[in-house]
Amino acid sequence: MIESRTTRVVLRLCAAGTLAFIYFPLVVIAVYAFNENISQTWPIEAYTTKWFGVAWRNEEVRSALLLSVKAALGATVIALVLGTLASLAVSRSRFFGRETISFLVILPIALPGIVTGLALQATILNVLAPIGISFSIWTIVIGHATFCIVVLYNNAVARMRRVSAFLEEASMDLGADGWQTFRFVTFPQLRTALLAGALLAFALSFDEVVVTIFTSGAQQTLPIWIFTNFARPRELPVVNVVALFMIIVSIIPVWLAQRLAGGTGLAADRPREGSVAASIETQP
Amino acid sequence: MRGKRISLWVALGLLVGALSVVAAGCGGGDSESSSDWQVEGLGSTIDEIQANAKNEGQVNMVIWAGYADKSWADAFTQQTGCKVSTKDGASSDDMVDLMATGAYDGVSASGDATLRLIAKGDVAPVNFDLIPNYADVYEGLKGQSYNTVDGVGYGVPHGRGPNLMVWSNDAIPADNDTWAPIWPGTDYKGKLSIYDNQIFIADAALYLKATQPDLNITNPYELDDDQFNAAVDLLKQQRPNIGEYWDGATYAKQVTSFKSGEAVVGTTWPYQVNLMAAEKPPLNVTAKVPKEGTTGWSDTWMIASKAAHPNCMYLWMNYIISPEANAKVAEYFGEAPSNAKACDVTSNPNHCEDYHADDEAYWDNVYYWDTPQADCGDDRGEVCKTYEDWRTAWTEIKG
Amino acid sequence: MTSVSSDVEPPPRGGPGRRLSTFFFSHSRARLGGLLALPLGWMLVIYLGSLFLLLLASFWDTEPFTSDVVRNWNLDNYRRLFEEPVYRNVAFRTISMAVYVTVADAVLAFPLAYYMARVASPRSRNLLVVAVLTPLWASYLVKAYVWRTMLGEEGIINWLLAPFGLDGPGYTTAGLWLAFTYLWLPFMILPIYAGLERIPSSLLEASADLGGRSVRTFFKVTLPLAFPAVVAGSIFTFSLTLGDYILPGLIADEQFIGTVIYTDRGTNLPVAAAFAMVPIAVMVVYLWGARRLGAFESL
Repeated sequence: MIESRTTRVVLRLCAAGTLAFIYFPLVVIAVYAFNENISQTWPIEAYTTKWFGVAWRNEEVRSALLLSVKAALGATVIALVLGTLASLAVSRSRFFGRETISFLVILPIALPGIVTGLALQATILNVLAPIGISFSIWTIVIGHATFCIVVLYNNAVARMRRVSAFLEEASMDLGADGWQTFRFVTFPQLRTALLAGALLAFALSFDEVVVTIFTSGAQQTLPIWIFTNFARPRELPVVNVVALFMIIVSIIPVWLAQRLAGGTGLAADRPREGSVAASIETQP
Repeated sequence: MRGKRISLWVALGLLVGALSVVAAGCGGGDSESSSDWQVEGLGSTIDEIQANAKNEGQVNMVIWAGYADKSWADAFTQQTGCKVSTKDGASSDDMVDLMATGAYDGVSASGDATLRLIAKGDVAPVNFDLIPNYADVYEGLKGQSYNTVDGVGYGVPHGRGPNLMVWSNDAIPADNDTWAPIWPGTDYKGKLSIYDNQIFIADAALYLKATQPDLNITNPYELDDDQFNAAVDLLKQQRPNIGEYWDGATYAKQVTSFKSGEAVVGTTWPYQVNLMAAEKPPLNVTAKVPKEGTTGWSDTWMIASKAAHPNCMYLWMNYIISPEANAKVAEYFGEAPSNAKACDVTSNPNHCEDYHADDEAYWDNVYYWDTPQADCGDDRGEVCKTYEDWRTAWTEIKG
Repeated sequence: MTSVSSDVEPPPRGGPGRRLSTFFFSHSRARLGGLLALPLGWMLVIYLGSLFLLLLASFWDTEPFTSDVVRNWNLDNYRRLFEEPVYRNVAFRTISMAVYVTVADAVLAFPLAYYMARVASPRSRNLLVVAVLTPLWASYLVKAYVWRTMLGEEGIINWLLAPFGLDGPGYTTAGLWLAFTYLWLPFMILPIYAGLERIPSSLLEASADLGGRSVRTFFKVTLPLAFPAVVAGSIFTFSLTLGDYILPGLIADEQFIGTVIYTDRGTNLPVAAAFAMVPIAVMVVYLWGARRLGAFESL
């Protein structure tokens, strides 16, 4: 470690400060979930746990949760397939459009959600509606999948850089065909990166609201339910409870992703020491 | 390589362009307004409707906040089997936009939305034979210009009310009777709470009608160039004083602002006034119609022409104007009911009197939200500003 | 030759699957086409197609009463964007806020990311990554609304600052900047962390061996190497601020690009579409610049 002691202490303080900044509002949300009173002034006068029961019994919340989970699963699966396909193409061939593919794939997540949402809604209303296709869980899934592709794609590309092409060629020399090579050589090495990416894509889709507003019609995912209800004074305590629930529940898959990927789960990670892949340098 | 990369872009562009032009050419459904009340899936007798509704099981509506509170919506669900799912419209524009998606079954539309919805073909006429409670609706609400076109009725009257001026009694005396505090020249900078939609231009016009009679404003929705520019100027002067905007989806923040003292005066609906009174302790505010007059609303429940759950929607339209439900919503929101029989079942026996339910003379001075059109409707001809002009002006006013 | 594990049977020679696989192996173009067909098709048809439709709509008109889109080709919408000062003001306001937010996030994120990547023990690092990722799941809307509550007159920020005689920023542009900075911070931390983690220690040690003190090493070696990662993170903070319409209305009651687009989305789609071209153009240029700076490797 080359940093001086003072530097380390300063860094530790800054890091602690930033973390405190990040978690402070979340703590406030958690505390408000126990607020007896409907209005949100501070300090809180009385505490209660009754809103948890109310939230659980609320049928709209339960169906919104179910719709969110289904849509996120659908979007993740589609993004998984499309992202992996694209990453295989980009990592193993040299062709003139490689950079373009990366650019294209990142566009949905780099352009503001309102632009994507507006464009998709215009298509749904003007192209799909006249032929009888209207808002459904699939319009939501398609919207989400489009910006989730990049997450899987980036993870897979980063991991593929560590997976030697020589291994695959060796596998084929030994008599395996393309599909077997993918199944027994490439995929096992990709697996954890894809899983980490899938978890992140699930999270993105689960929490997305702006594009969903445009692609959901009258349906309510959990964020849409929150959007519809957080301005209704009577529902606000339930909204806080739902928010707290989402934070707590998310710790598990996030921790899992972190363990699997061994890094951020987002980007290139150092290969594990001593692994075969680590000992083979690959030029992208 | 570079040439190949460019040609890839060109190829992509051409492919995408071709697809889009084809798609654009195919798109755009017809928007003829249907004079046929038959919505696909709707039963033709009341019994059929009730039976079909049980299969539908749900109704999705765009409403003004508070119009479908659980206290009467749950009873509706129990009676009919239709679950009620609602979205609070921020403004009439928002309601028109939401209805245009075709995803909702019905809407509680004000006069600045109804005619546009009808012209777009997004709502269907109503067969009043299938709505028994319609018979008891006040005559003064039937067959009005905002809910009837060429003799065809498009909806069921919900109720009506005036927009109010509200102020904190600590800042302005309770016996104040003028709109002046919200207009320039007074000292409430940063403390104004104003409705966020271009229809508020009509309120400016109404104030000018009283304070600048030489502008000759008679109808605040029919403004020619001079009148309109005067109103817009007034609003631009007001803009720096505005502390916050509120709309139909964010009305709750007005209540919090008055509670914390961040807002001391503004425009409001009776709904927020009721919410303020329900706070513990109740807020020390006064709300009334000042002497210069006010704008207001007379709302109509309309059914989407492509409603997915038309039977549930018909049952809702009948339910919401039944005496019990109509009384509940009128008291909850703070408006005059549309069903005369509701006056017998309000929990406050004087509710209908207080809210002028049967007093047509009162409503002559309340300018219901209306859709501005180029045709002034008088001898000036077609020189009035259109809704589009109002919308553009509002964006400019907000800055 | 050592015996191969028997649970992988080579497929029969000459079988259909094998012939297909051989075909794809020797015809790399076909393999490429096969792999790319689905993802590329999806992006082109669904995404770019929709954006193109939006572009087309920006050249059309609306019927003033029904708000139907009328296919009269014209440049009026763009003319209005240039002539009316309000659109310029809104665009300027939005872009400046995006810049301020990006800078603030970079400043806040860097120390934490550096600590996580280079100073923390592996066990703490895991915990910290989880700690940074978890808030991504707290609903954006609830975080937005809790900021509104916190910034209010009777909110917790004023309550905390009161003993010092200070006032919180309240519902102003400053408060909005604070809320934006908070919301997008995790999107900046993670790419910077990944970028810093990728710098081999050997490089930094070499710099120290050559006589560079830690500050010098930082500015001459670490920062330039981490810069693409900062740019990568800034893509998100910039783009998210550029398009947001919920937060500006909630906290500062100001019109941002997103607000104007959202207001016009149904009643005047052509104008909304034309104005939507502004953030698209800005982001395309930004992305192009970011790619130049190598940010795409850091995503």
